[in-house]
Amino acid sequence: MMNLLRLLGGRPATAPVARERLQILLAHERGLRGQPDLLGVLRSEILAVVSRHVVLDPEKVTVRMDRGKNVSTLEVDIEVPNSLERSMAAAT
Amino acid sequence: MAKVLVVTSGKGGVGKTTSTAALGAALAQMGEKVVVIDFDVGLRNLDLVMGAERRVVFDLINVVQGIAKLSQALIRDKRLENLWLLPASQTRDKDALTDDGVRSIIADLRTKFDWILCDSPAGIERGATLAMRYADEAVIVTNPEVSSVRDSDRIIGMLDSKTVKAESGERVEKHVLITRYDTARAARGEMLSIEDVLEILATPLLGIIPESQDVLRASNVGSPVTLNNANSAPARAYSDAARRLMGETVTMMVPVERKGLMDRLLGRRAA
Repeated sequence: MMNLLRLLGGRPATAPVARERLQILLAHERGLRGQPDLLGVLRSEILAVVSRHVVLDPEKVTVRMDRGKNVSTLEVDIEVPNSLERSMAAAT
Repeated sequence: MAKVLVVTSGKGGVGKTTSTAALGAALAQMGEKVVVIDFDVGLRNLDLVMGAERRVVFDLINVVQGIAKLSQALIRDKRLENLWLLPASQTRDKDALTDDGVRSIIADLRTKFDWILCDSPAGIERGATLAMRYADEAVIVTNPEVSSVRDSDRIIGMLDSKTVKAESGERVEKHVLITRYDTARAARGEMLSIEDVLEILATPLLGIIPESQDVLRASNVGSPVTLNNANSAPARAYSDAARRLMGETVTMMVPVERKGLMDRLLGRRAA
């Protein structure tokens, strides 16, 4: 019946599209829910370890994660001021 | 034993306040002693939908802050003697509502009422989390539409993790209430079907409220849908939902508008 109406010039049914989009989206969002802010935790712990040895500006630490199909990469970018490096070299 | 039920959704405008008022009134009509609490601090509206806006003297925040006693803030419904309202405050201070304050008010109300219905604000901020915090049961109001279903899913996740019940290893009993449902559009494949929504949310159904002009008519005059016109399609749907909350087994169906003779003659369309 539904198909017949559509054949007779009705618009295509959009509900199946809505359903599929929701199923894909929610499967993804539910996966993220269990692990609250993994990057935030990583960032603060990395910051704590590095800060034990080097004086850092917390704003200059970025942690990024790229999820690939087979491999994911974790990218940690820490900016260390040159003046600090020199003072460390002088100390050792 | 008193039951604390939160009416929530995440998304705004799906019918939380309408549903709180309608279910509260339906439960009261069944002889239960009911209080409905508006948790939408700063944007209260349950008083307006219940027709009690001119009788608000004290509110939830006044009680939390000790300015008023709970008995001074509770407003008794003029139509149903066992239905009461605890209005929200119009203060802009979002932090005025505290966890301790809500806990003590709910504990107090548990000794006086059979049902405590908490009308949650939209969103996932403080007001919404406090509205669900002490709940035993939850009604998740959902429109058959993608953004509403997505937000309901998020709220279900919060009910399973951020409530006192969840934290103590128990479960909040959850029910989905589908509102603004249009049977004809769903049959044409233009609207998510009941089965679609339930499969996606994996939560049992409490009721299906059809899209209807009676909902606006009721709020216009400040009367819960179930009291304004008890024979209307949404009123019957809400009454069935209330009976299910009471543990009755009621066959699930979508009530349809009963067209009168004049409607037929004038060719008026049912909403």
